[in-house]
Parts: sequence; C-alpha cells; structure tokens
Amino acid sequence: MYEFFSGPMLWIAFSFFLFGLAANIISTFTLSRSKDRIFYNHANAVWGIKSVLIWLLPLGSVSMRRQPFFTLIGFMFHISLITVPLFLNAHNILWDENFGISLWSIPDSISDILTIACILSGIFLMLRRAVKREVRILTEKRDYALIIITLLPFITGFLAYRQWGDYETILLLHIVTAEILLIIIPFTKLSHMIFFFFTRLFIGFEMGGRRGTKTW
Amino acid sequence: MKENEKTINASGKTDIERIRHILSENNGSLMRTWLSICSRCGLCAESCFYYLAEKDPKLSPAYKLKATLGEMYRQKGNVDHEFLKHCYEILWFKCTMCKRCSLFCPFGIDIAAMMAVARNVCCSQGVTPNELLEFTENCRKSGNHMGLPPEEIVDVCQWLEEEIEDEIKGVTIPIDKPDVKYMYTINPREVVFYPNDILDAAVIFSIAEESWTIPSFGWDCTNLPMFAGERDAAAQAVKNVYNQAIKIGAEKILITECGHAYRSLAFEGPYMAGYPEGKPPVEVVHYVELIHEYLVNGIISVDPAKKFKEPVTYQDPCNVGRNGGFWKEPRKIMEYIAHDFRDMIPSGEYNHCCGGGGGIMPMGPNYKPGRMEAGKIKARQIKETGAKIVISPCHNCYDQISDLGEKYNLGIEVLSIKEALRKMLVIPEKFKPVSLSP
Ligand code: HEM
Ligand code: SF4
Ligand code: SF4
Repeated sequence: MYEFFSGPMLWIAFSFFLFGLAANIISTFTLSRSKDRIFYNHANAVWGIKSVLIWLLPLGSVSMRRQPFFTLIGFMFHISLITVPLFLNAHNILWDENFGISLWSIPDSISDILTIACILSGIFLMLRRAVKREVRILTEKRDYALIIITLLPFITGFLAYRQWGDYETILLLHIVTAEILLIIIPFTKLSHMIFFFFTRLFIGFEMGGRRGTKTW
Repeated sequence: MKENEKTINASGKTDIERIRHILSENNGSLMRTWLSICSRCGLCAESCFYYLAEKDPKLSPAYKLKATLGEMYRQKGNVDHEFLKHCYEILWFKCTMCKRCSLFCPFGIDIAAMMAVARNVCCSQGVTPNELLEFTENCRKSGNHMGLPPEEIVDVCQWLEEEIEDEIKGVTIPIDKPDVKYMYTINPREVVFYPNDILDAAVIFSIAEESWTIPSFGWDCTNLPMFAGERDAAAQAVKNVYNQAIKIGAEKILITECGHAYRSLAFEGPYMAGYPEGKPPVEVVHYVELIHEYLVNGIISVDPAKKFKEPVTYQDPCNVGRNGGFWKEPRKIMEYIAHDFRDMIPSGEYNHCCGGGGGIMPMGPNYKPGRMEAGKIKARQIKETGAKIVISPCHNCYDQISDLGEKYNLGIEVLSIKEALRKMLVIPEKFKPVSLSP
C-alpha cells in the first residue's frame, strides 16, 4: 500500500497536476487565438504586469484594503499553502532522493508555524463562508469541500510531524490526500493558480491598456 | 413589476437552438475561465451600488451573474421562459453594466461583459424591455432613436442659428460639411427636448473657430440596441456613424456629453461592427477631451468673475470615467468653472453609477421607483459634498440626478459642461453683434 502511494501513484498524481495544468494552458491559448482577439488587440505590458503584481501584494488593491482582515488571512493561507510543500526540509530530502534536485529548505520550526497558520486560516475562510451573508449565498458544498481537501495534507502532515496517532497510517493519509489535491487542482476552481494570471492580464489590458483605468 | 409583463414573449416557448448558438459564440477562453474560477469570495458585493443600496446578498455581482448567465451555461441553454423572465428582472433592473465590480474582484472578472451576453440571450427570445425595442425599431427605420427624418435636424439647426443671431454673431451649425476635423454627433434627446445643448455646443465651436459639422444622417451617437441586447441593430447604429464620418471625410468623430455613446463608439462598436483590430475606423473623441484641450490651450476662456461661487461637484459617468478613461480632464475643467469644487467619495474611476445607466433611464418614468431606490448611494454621495451644483457630461446621469435631487431634497441644480460654460464663456469682440442702442 505505502509503496504504491509513495511510488507510482505519486508519479501519477504529479502527471495529472502538471499535464492537467499544461492542458489548461494549451487549450485556453488555442481557443483564445480564435475567439478572443480582444485579449491580444489591447495587450499592454505595463498595465498587464501591474494588474497582476499589485494584486499579489498584500493590501495592494483598494478592494483588499477595504477588507484587510480577510485579505491578510487569504495571504497567510496562500503563502503557507505554497511555501510548505515546496520548501519543507523533509520534502526536500525526498526531492533530492527521487529527482536529484532540491530547493532551499526552511527550518522545521517555521514550517510548523506556517502549517498551523494554513490550517487556522483555512478554518477562518470556512467560517467566513458560513457567516457573511453575501458570501454564504454564493457558497456551494464544493467550496467547503475544496478548502477541506486543501487542508487535509496539512492537517495530516502536522500530525505526522508530531508523531501523533499511528504514524504509518497518518503518513499514508498525508500522501494520499496530497495526491488527491494535486489531481483535482487542474479540474476545479483551484486551477485559478494559473488562470489568475490570465484573467488579471486581460482586465489590465482592457481597462488599463485601452482606457488608462487602474484595476486595483 | 407589472408593467414588465407586457414585454414577455407570449408564446412561452424558448428557441433552445438559438440560445445555444449565442452561448457557444461567446464561449471563448475568457468566458470559460471567468465562469470556472470565480472563487465565490464575495469581494465584489460591496463594489456594487445595487448591493450597497439594499444590502441584499442576492444583489452581489457574482450572485447576479451566477443566477443568470452562469445558469444558462450550466443548463447548456436549455432554459424556459419562466427562467428568462427571472433573468430579465436582474439583467435590466439590477445591473447597469457599470463595470465597477471588475476593479474589486481579485480575478478581475468582467461581470458586465457577461451580463451583456445574458441580455443578448434574453433578447433573442423576445425577453427585453419594450421601451428599448421601440428605440431599436426607430433605429432600424430611420437611423436614429427618435425616428426623426433628416430634415428635422437640418430645420432645428437652422432655427437655432437664427435664435442666437442677436446674441452672438457668426454662430453657424454647418450640416454635412465635407473634410472637417470633427463630425459632431449628438444624442437625439438634444434635438427633441434640449435643443439648447446643440446651440451651446455651436457657440463654443464657433468661438473656438473649429472645423466641424453635424451630419444630416449618422448624427445619432447613442446606442440603445446595445442595451436591449439586439446585437445586429447595435452594430448598425455604430456603422451609421462610422460610415458617415468616412463618407464626408471627417478626421474625427466627436461625441456630445453622453456616456454610453462613447462606450459604444470607442470601445464596443469596433467589435460589434466587425473591425477585428478592435479600433474604430475613425478616431472617436469625447466632448470632455475637446473642452479640456480648449481651456488648457486658451482657445476658449472663462470670465473668472462669473465662475460658480456655490459648491460644485462632478458626477463621473461610468462610461466617461471608468469605462472611458476621462476623470482627470473634467476635474481640470472644473478648476476653470468653479471656485469651490468638491469631489464625491469615491470618485474618478471608482465612482458609483448614478443608477440611470445600462438603458434604464431612457426607458422612462415607469421604472422611476427602482431607479430612485438604486440611486440612494448617489444621492448620499452628493449630499455629503454639500454641493449645490452637480455637473455631469452625460444625459442619463443628468436626468437621473435631477430626479434624485427632487426625490431626496438635495437642493441641487444639474448642469452639463456646455450649459455651465455658456454661463461664463468670454465672447470675443468680433462675435458681439453691433449694438443697436444709441
Ligand atoms: C499563484 C498562485 C495563486 C494565486 C495568485 C491565488 C489567488 C487566489 C485568490 C485571489 C483567491 C480569492 C481570494 C481569497 O480567498 O484570498 C483565492 C482563493 C482560494 N485559493 Fe488561491 N491562489 C493561488 C494558488 C492556490 C493554490 C495552489 C491553492 C490550493 C491548492 C489555492 C486554494 C485556494 C482556495 C481553496 C481558495 C478559496 C478560499 C475560500 O474558499 O474562501 N490557491 N486564491
Ligand atoms: S456592473 Fe455595476 S451594476 Fe453590474 S454588478 Fe457590477 S457593479 Fe453592479
Ligand atoms: S469578487 Fe470575483 S471571484 Fe470573488 S465572488 Fe466576486 S466575481 Fe467571484
């Protein structure tokens, strides 16, 4: 069991993730060439880049400044979400063993804090969905499901690191939930990790490039 | 809303093939991405004045979109009349397509563009406001929204020239003059209800010694078929203007103080009329640009003694400000005409729609209660400035804010830029008629 999920299945999951995202990019690009000339007609590097980058800065946009608490939580969620899997020491050892490459590692104590931050902010995002009327009305079950699926690898990783519960089982769960997450990203709204750049570029071109209007 | 019932197609059946066709035509990479990545974060809610006015979560942009176009795509076009009637209430009465939400969405989702597609779908099934359809019919028959014959505009202009003779010398309104710099296009309401607007513009152009003309056809810059969701008629409306400008060899198309006309001719028109590069065949200039240029370069000037002493504020029409790119120029103009200018909060590109956009204002008094409700936010903004004069270069803002002033006792006077300028314009000697008195 463990061998399968930490071996071939991991490859399968990574393939889904990478090829899925690549397929997203390619099909979007092809379709845009035939149907969305408007995207290319008004392309403007400065406005496009600003439209993306300013929204990547915490509190960079008017919209974020209007809801600073939510924004900071959102950033905390995303920063830990992206940092921990890539830079965790234990992962880096695995990267090295399997692919012969490794990234920098961050100290375990920091990973630990980030993991907790991720879980807490994820819980906050769910509470917010349940409490705020204008968010609740938009929310579907799968919105909660996606946050939970995103959190599971972190929760199990957190438990495994502390060796709480049955280590073998927890580790297996950690791997399986991470694989599930990787597989679904390209097929759900989580694909925003790449489409974010596409739609932000467009609105930057359309409002800024064409009219000189800021979109942040 | 009883009065809306009459607009609903009586057969009750929907042509699903047709709906599917429209949906698939518009199903490009942007549409797909927008529909799939909305994270349902709700950040857009507080950007929309409809939501702010009633605090009803159903009025948040993302919800309105999900309940209309989102559902149409989810059902693959397989929707019935009941559903389209429900969409109708949202699309025409709960969204003016002002695009403010796009500045507040982390993904920059263009809700307004998607709402336009949904209007197009409804319209294809006969579900669209009758009032807008009447305007569309007029456009089809006569090339202008009021169904005026070409003689009418010529007559009005001649009459106006005579009117002004005694006051200012040498004011002419050239009709169909070839090879001018500006082909001046107007809102048909000016011809019928506000002829003085044409005159005010003529006085300013005459004093500026501008090379300009009003064409006897293609003079109507407005585009209500665009708001009705009638793509063909909307395309025809912009083509009328483009083609006329090409025909008479005008260097630029100048648009009167109207918001949606600028959006239509400068931004959406090229796509509707089939210019693949997305650029109009003749440069399109908005009135505020030209007046700004005149004042800054001293081509016309203002008598400082006659500048407004009362507090003045400026309403950014969505389609001139955020969707047109002009909010700095009008503020510069305000420096010339007002001693005490007070900006609304928010303003410029972030300004709220007045509540009269998206075609609802020209639909007439039947819809006034809804407009007044949605305009609460604007009324509050104006009140907070303490302004006694509100200036706006858009006929819809003008009428809506006049209504708001009455409804909420704002004690304001609403003026267009032309009207304001005419009160204080310096008339050079050579334009002064020889005095008859001894
Ligand atoms: C560069 C990459 C990414 C960018 C720019 C990005 C951006 C965003 C933005 C702007 C939002 C909406 C506002 C918010 O909730 O903060 C959002 C929400 C969300 N993102 Fe990301 N994201 C990225 C990567 C990811 C990844 C890799 C995941 C998960 C594996 C993810 C999971 C989520 C979730 C679950 C939400 C919804 C939160 C909620 O339900 O309230 N994001 N993201
Ligand atoms: S376009 Fe304007 S009116 Fe429509 S949902 Fe967005 S903010 Fe509201
Ligand atoms: S702000 Fe954008 S992503 Fe968030 S709910 Fe509104 S449309 Fe969707």
